[in-house]
Amino acid sequence: MSDGTVMVFLNGASVVVSAGSTVAAAMWNAGQPCRISVTGEVRTALCGMGICFECRALIDGRAHRRSCQVVVRDGMVVETQR
Amino acid sequence: MTQCDVLVVGAGPAGIAAATAAAISGRRVLLLDENPAPGGQIWRVGQPMPKGQAEGQTAKNQAIARLCACGASCLFGYSVYDAPSAGELRAICESGEAAAGPVPGDPHIVGLRYEKLILATGARERFLPFPGWTLPGVFGPGGLQALVKGGFNVAGQRIVVAGSGPLLLAVAAHLRGYGANVVCVAEQAPLAKMLPFAASLWSHPARILQGIQYRAALGTAPFHLGCWPVAALADEVSGKLTGVRLTNGKRTWTQHCDLLACGFHLVPNIELASLLGCAIQDGFVKVDHQQRTSLAHVYCAGEPTGIGGLGAALVQGEIAGLASAGKPTDSLQGRRLAERKFALKLEAAFRIRPELRSLARPDTLVCRCEDIPYAALEKRSGWIDAKLQTRCGMGPCQGRICGAATETLFGWKQTSVRPPLMPVPVSALVYPGLQPVSLKEHL
Repeated sequence: MSDGTVMVFLNGASVVVSAGSTVAAAMWNAGQPCRISVTGEVRTALCGMGICFECRALIDGRAHRRSCQVVVRDGMVVETQR
Repeated sequence: MTQCDVLVVGAGPAGIAAATAAAISGRRVLLLDENPAPGGQIWRVGQPMPKGQAEGQTAKNQAIARLCACGASCLFGYSVYDAPSAGELRAICESGEAAAGPVPGDPHIVGLRYEKLILATGARERFLPFPGWTLPGVFGPGGLQALVKGGFNVAGQRIVVAGSGPLLLAVAAHLRGYGANVVCVAEQAPLAKMLPFAASLWSHPARILQGIQYRAALGTAPFHLGCWPVAALADEVSGKLTGVRLTNGKRTWTQHCDLLACGFHLVPNIELASLLGCAIQDGFVKVDHQQRTSLAHVYCAGEPTGIGGLGAALVQGEIAGLASAGKPTDSLQGRRLAERKFALKLEAAFRIRPELRSLARPDTLVCRCEDIPYAALEKRSGWIDAKLQTRCGMGPCQGRICGAATETLFGWKQTSVRPPLMPVPVSALVYPGLQPVSLKEHL
C-alpha cells in the first residue's frame, strides 16, 4: 500500500502493519505466538537478533523462518510454527 | 565462486571499520552480514523514534557514508554456515527476494573465496534461566530494542529492564524514547563494583556524560544496583506477563509490568572462529596486536576478542582492515590498548554474582529449543553428556542460548563446533553448483 503500510495474513487474519516491520514485531503487535514449543508452550521472540530461534514461524509456506530477521511484505502469509 | 582479497563477516561497527580500512588500502573487499542492512546490533537501522533523535546517529552515519564511498562490495541477508575448505566460506540467503535458485523461492547459496578473512561476528546476550523466563513478554534488553526498531509497539507498556551490563540503561532510555513506561532498571552488579567502575571512567568523559544522559532519560524510575529478578509472573488464565519478583538479597518484592527485558551482559559469537580452528582463550578468540588470530590469514575484531563495546570494535576493526592489507597500524595501538583496559574494567564490574546460578527450580526450562528442565541437567557430567542424554543444546539454536547458561550454571564448556553453523535446508548441503552473487556496490 502507498501509505507506508502493508497487509499481511497472520494465522488467517488480515492485518495492516507498518512497512519495514519485522514479522516477529507484527506477530507480537497482533497478539499471535511465533511458535509452539515441543512441550506445547507458547513462545515469542527472545533475542531479537536471529540467534535464539524462538521466533520461528511458517512464512509464505516455508517452515522455521526466523521471523525477527524477516521484513513484512504485502500479501505475506504467516502462521505460528507448530 | 566469488573471489575477494579481504572477506569481512559481520557488518557491525568492527566489520564496517575493517572493510573500510581494507578497501581504502586498495584491497578488493566483500562485507557480508545476515541482516538486511549494515550497522550490526548497536547501529541497527529501524523505525524512527517518535521523540528525539536516537543516540550515536552521527558516528553511525559517518561510518556508513565512508563505507559506501570506500569501494567495498556488500552482501546483506547472508549467513555463513560452512567453511568447506581453506580460504572458502559458504553462505545462505533465505529471504525471498535474493532467492534466485533453480527452484523459485529456494534459498540462495553462495561460495566465497578469500585471501584474508576478518571475523567481526559480534556478541549476543547472556540469558540465565529463572522461573518464568520462557513466558511471552520476556525478552533480552538488546532483543527488545531490536524488536522495537523492527516495529514492536511498546508505547504505554510498563517495562522492567533487568540483568547486567552497560546496555541496560541505554536500552531503558531507548524504550522511553518510543513511549514505553520503564518502571525500573535492576542491575545485578552491586554498588561496590559500580563505584570503582564509574570512578575509573575519568579518562573517558564522553562515557560518563552518556551514562548521566541515559540515567536522566529514565526520569524518576528507580535504578536498583545489586538487584536481580528471581521469577517472572503470569496470569494463570491468560498466560500474560503480570510482573517480576525482584530481590536485592535481603528483601524480595513484586514489580508489576507488561514486559520484562532481562539479559546478563554479553557472550561473544565465536562459532565461526571455532569452526575455522582459531585458538580460543578463556572463551574469546585469541588475537595479537594486529588482530591476527592463530591462523595466519584470519583476523578477528570486536566483541569476539573480548567484550569491549563500540570504541574497541571501531579501533580493532580498523587495525584488522589495515593489517589484512599489509598496512602499518602503529598509530592506532595506543587507542587499542586504552580500549583493552576499558574492556577489563567492564568485565570486572559486571561479573555475574553467584546467586544467579541458583534461580532455576527443578522444573525451570534451561534449553528452550528442546524444553529440557534444570532437573534433567544437574545430574549430567558435562556439555557432551547433557547433549547425548537429554538433547540439551541439540535444537535449532545449537546451544547458543543454553550453552552460555549451562556454562554459568554448571561450568560446562561447549566443544566441537561443526558445520552447518545454523540450521539450513538440505539443499544447502547437496546443491551441486553454487549460484552467482549480485553484489550491492551502493547501500
